Amino acid sequence: MTDFAIELNGICKRFGAVQANRDVSMNIAKGSIHGIIGENGAGKSTLMSILYGYYHADSGSIAVDGKTVRIRNSQEAIRLGIGMVHQHFMLVDNFTVLENIVLGAEGGLLLKDGMAKAREHLQALNRDYSLEVDPDAIVGELGVGLQQRVEILKALYRGADVLILDEPTAVLTPQEADHLFCILRALREQGKTVILITHKLREVMDITDAVSVMRAGTVVGNVRTADVDKEKLADLMVGRKVTLKVDKAERAPGAAVLDVRQLCLTDARGVKLLDGLNFQVRAGEIVGIAGVSGNGQSELLEVLAGMLEPTSGEIRYQGADLLQEKSSQPRAALYRKKGIAHVPEDRSREGLVKSFPMFENAILGYHDDKSVSKGGLFSRKMLLERSRDFIRQFDIRPDNAQLRVGLLSGGNQQKVVLAREIHANPELLLIGQPTRGVDIGAIEFIHKRLVELRDAGKAILLVSVELEEILALSDRILVMAGGQISGEVAARDADTISLGLLMGGHKH
Amino acid sequence: MEQLFSLLDSTIRVATPLVLAALAGMFSERSGVVDIGLEGKMLVAAFAAAAAAFVTHSPWLGLLAGIMASVSLAMVHAFVSVTYNGNQLISGMAINTIASGITPVLGLAWFQQGGNTPQLDDDSRFHDISLPLADALSNVPVIGHLYSKLLSGHSILVYLTVLIIPVVSWVVYRSRFGLRLRAVGENPHAADTAGVSVARVRYIALFWGGVLCGVAGTFLSVYQTGSFIKEMTAGKGFLALAALIFGKWRPLPAVLGCLLFAFADASQIRLEGVDLPIVGQIPSQAIQVIPYVLTVLLLAGFVGRAVAPKAIGVPFVKSR
Repeated sequence: MTDFAIELNGICKRFGAVQANRDVSMNIAKGSIHGIIGENGAGKSTLMSILYGYYHADSGSIAVDGKTVRIRNSQEAIRLGIGMVHQHFMLVDNFTVLENIVLGAEGGLLLKDGMAKAREHLQALNRDYSLEVDPDAIVGELGVGLQQRVEILKALYRGADVLILDEPTAVLTPQEADHLFCILRALREQGKTVILITHKLREVMDITDAVSVMRAGTVVGNVRTADVDKEKLADLMVGRKVTLKVDKAERAPGAAVLDVRQLCLTDARGVKLLDGLNFQVRAGEIVGIAGVSGNGQSELLEVLAGMLEPTSGEIRYQGADLLQEKSSQPRAALYRKKGIAHVPEDRSREGLVKSFPMFENAILGYHDDKSVSKGGLFSRKMLLERSRDFIRQFDIRPDNAQLRVGLLSGGNQQKVVLAREIHANPELLLIGQPTRGVDIGAIEFIHKRLVELRDAGKAILLVSVELEEILALSDRILVMAGGQISGEVAARDADTISLGLLMGGHKH
Repeated sequence: MEQLFSLLDSTIRVATPLVLAALAGMFSERSGVVDIGLEGKMLVAAFAAAAAAFVTHSPWLGLLAGIMASVSLAMVHAFVSVTYNGNQLISGMAINTIASGITPVLGLAWFQQGGNTPQLDDDSRFHDISLPLADALSNVPVIGHLYSKLLSGHSILVYLTVLIIPVVSWVVYRSRFGLRLRAVGENPHAADTAGVSVARVRYIALFWGGVLCGVAGTFLSVYQTGSFIKEMTAGKGFLALAALIFGKWRPLPAVLGCLLFAFADASQIRLEGVDLPIVGQIPSQAIQVIPYVLTVLLLAGFVGRAVAPKAIGVPFVKSR
């Protein structure tokens, strides 16, 4: 017998050019709560997907209860007593709680006996862990917190001894999160092992016994929680990276172009995605918004671009509140006409129509522009001319304006979007993840362009999960966590530790 | 009274193939596979059943042939839309086109009667069955009438259908297969992570859909007309689909929808050439249009929000 529920040894996994896990080893003690912490893309989810049988490791071994095993699919993982609570719940909305729980483990051709047995079992579990779930409720009508408990019940009903939770608090209110932690503690008392994937330092410090820190696919630390503090963890998580050099002169910013006041956005489930944001972006400055993704940055960009309607607050642009504007056209088009350009985070879904050629993509959102049409019809010649200009100015390759945009590399796609938005000569540029999936050469080019735009006196709001990028480009840095701004730092005073703490939701 | 009984009597006859087809559609659509090929499967079954019954002189072998023909088309649909994640509408459309093309071609080649099959003799057809005591009770007012005129004197296939309805309803709501069926049509990813094979469930659902369509087609040719006639399904498959949507993909309400459509159809025949008070004689064209107008009205207004199984029409591709 061994004291470890799970032992991972030298796990490697590569997806194409990306090494998602590199020689990852960790031991997870029985009856403990083990945290796995790291930034986006650090390889946490990949590792757990390997443990749960979704992926197969290229090399390395897994031992459950001291026995080396091969986990080929999730059914085998379940049989080994491993349960997973997915970030996106795997529930059938119009089923009752009970039906969801017995699905796939009905125990016989007829439902009656299995359901009765499950109901008893469920009541016992409900009692043991104070889950407070009504077996006959329709799952789709339950709140997120309860749905998550149904997922936990599903795993326990299948006899899980090891429970993996993937970012469980991302969708929860603080109260629900507290209740979840009570449940997890109860599970530990009953001898269950819990693996908690998270990026929130507070959670790790609050409830884990041990923690593995991952960065860029490797484990950079396996420590006992009692032996570390938040600062140490933040440092491990973010690491000290070589800063990208961007030549950027100091520049005194001008008047405020964008002035956001008390901006709030609440989703249908009542979760506050944006929670009372206040900030300004001035002419001639780049304001960077740092944060682990999913903390409201995407929603902020969409609200400012007119794609989402905020619940309350003001967006003052050049002195006037945009939300008070009455217009028959969609907000996004209106804002664009007023000089707010938007390079969306997900360029392939929201920035481009991938099956259209480059010259058509070059005017998306600017169709009304008179300079590309003649007598109410597009002039193909003018369209082609414009995209040839873009190709020249932004060094887009291959230099063929008739090529489908989907065939270009990520970097060149981004250049098409950027060229289009900059061509409109905006006063305010909103840009999300400017260099996600972009090669090094193009990164440098895009960064240079953004600085040029700033030097030309334009205001830029930059959202990125790449700290390196935020540090290199921004004049001021705002950090978002849980829909709030957890802190503001001038770029020259910023360092990764303080930013890491702020990103973990640790307020100044 | 006589009038009403005979109206209800023909309602039952018209409704039977609709009910079978609607339940067939319910199996496949509840599993998440759109089934506009009900029409084609019924048509092929009608032809195969009539041809086999003519050759073998056995209505039962006709039924078997009808079911086999319909099931094989259903398996083509499953192969395209489940195994190869093809477009389910196109696959269903193709089934309808194949069915309306291949039946007259084979009919012409085998029987040389303009694409129809020869009239079946009495031994090769399904007959009306008199329920016990029907004659004795026929003179008892109301109840006896109801029994002997309305309940008695239908084909075995009608009684079979009456049995099938509760069985299907029970399977969908009370059996393991039913639970998995509904889960797979609603959220196949949830079913998959719970260890249910989505493809398997969909294949089984389409198989049973094929069986039911086979019975429906056989009813048309081997019982109702006694021969296969070109395009004899005449939109019944689509009407069944409409009833299914009307019933919000639930078995009993869908059956109710079929009965409603069948009633409209039956009364249309009765109303032709009859002098009604006030309006006088209604032109037959106006009467013929009633079931269709009813369909449109019901689907547009009275169903309310018909919420389809969420995953319907979406091929299941594992997300991880």
